[in-house]
Amino acid sequence: MDMSHAVPHGTTIVAFTYRDGVVMAGDRRATMGNLIAQRDIEKVFPADEHSVIGIAGAAGLAVELVRLFQVELEHYEKIEGVPLSLDGKANRLATLLRSNLGFAMQGLAVVPLFGGFDQHRGKGRIFSYDVTGGRYEEHDHFAVGSGSVFARGSLKKLYRPDLQESDAVTAAVEALYDAADDDSATGGPDLSRGIFPVVALATDRGVDVLTEERMADVVGAVVEARRARPDGPVAPLPGAAS
Amino acid sequence: MSVPFYVSPEQIIKDKADFARKGISRGRSVVVLQYRDGIVFVAENPSRALHKISEIYDRIGFAAVGKYNEFENLRVAGVRLADMRGYAYDRRDVTGRSLANAYAQTLGTIFTEAAKPYEVEIVVAEVGPTTTEDQIYRLTFDGSVADEASFLAMGGRAEAIEGALADGWQSDLDLAPAVRLAVQALATGSETTLESADIEAAVLDRTRPRRAFRRISPTELAETLAESQGTGPDNGADRGD
Repeated sequence: MDMSHAVPHGTTIVAFTYRDGVVMAGDRRATMGNLIAQRDIEKVFPADEHSVIGIAGAAGLAVELVRLFQVELEHYEKIEGVPLSLDGKANRLATLLRSNLGFAMQGLAVVPLFGGFDQHRGKGRIFSYDVTGGRYEEHDHFAVGSGSVFARGSLKKLYRPDLQESDAVTAAVEALYDAADDDSATGGPDLSRGIFPVVALATDRGVDVLTEERMADVVGAVVEARRARPDGPVAPLPGAAS
Repeated sequence: MSVPFYVSPEQIIKDKADFARKGISRGRSVVVLQYRDGIVFVAENPSRALHKISEIYDRIGFAAVGKYNEFENLRVAGVRLADMRGYAYDRRDVTGRSLANAYAQTLGTIFTEAAKPYEVEIVVAEVGPTTTEDQIYRLTFDGSVADEASFLAMGGRAEAIEGALADGWQSDLDLAPAVRLAVQALATGSETTLESADIEAAVLDRTRPRRAFRRISPTELAETLAESQGTGPDNGADRGD
């Protein structure tokens, strides 16, 4: 039985590396078939003090997966006295995901995106997954969920490896805006209700989930700029007469 | 055929208790005290890897003296119980009181039923929103629980150390003076002076958002202790263990 239209599904998550680590952002929409199941769901979470996890797919299973993952990371850290390595965390998530394969075959897939600051290597890293527990390290940027194709197209033009924090946050919001522009299951910023994307930063200093006040400023600026140019910022074209 | 001989329960319990007390009094000590923003744990422990102080849950810390393998067993069981309960219900449903109860049951059973009691004494402390809501439970080898406040010491020279703490403790100490007081108290009755490398320290800081537990790094500890140069009462006169 295909249950994919019977339960809420989370949609688009983007993540990319920037100067200080990893930024991850998610829109706030959950859909159930053609219905909007929830307009202010949160899909990006701190996994522990140096990593973040975003989820697309069946929301109930996904949120539960995140809860278990968070408990496991903290439990390991307390028992052993040191946190797992970033690779260790990524592998553990793959194992948790594989146990969900039966549900995935019935249309209840969970597709997480995992990112964190690798203190051993001193840089941010991103991992994507498939429903069988396949774990793939992604370089520079990646997105999951229904709007991910549009978000990635947008990110490709906005991404630079050495973005500073404020620009990285803006780029993440722009990518989600483009995803919402073309994918009906991805929610755009809701200015009238004050619902903005959730953006989390994982750096050497820890995980920082940006406050609503700060997001209101960033989103306000992005939306304002789109009034002048609805398709968003223009990427420079090599050799073009300006 | 040998005649089975009778030993009264009183005698068995007394022997076990003496055995456990002797084991605990051989070890180095741990001090737990309240300061303005929480609870601080200070242990005499030269090891950087084998901790006597650790985090159990968001607002709950653990400190122990005695045999390492035994209290490590208890610590791991506590972390497991807390994480399981927090996952099954909600994070706020994990309380110091329920943990102290579980520890009391375990220690009590081991004391009466096992061939040898655990040679440990432990503290489960939970930091509350205000000083008056902090909870400190002291559990001894036989499973008795004592609800403590202000400060306490466990281990080798516990009485002498508690005496020293009583002289210096105030309810609104800042962290640095509280750590200095604890380290001075730990040195009471010891012939050698304590260096920062011999000390393990951590706090439950009520101002931290979720996980209140924080280890005080060796550098931070050294700086804190350096400020106190010349103020510490060198009490080398009375002899401990």
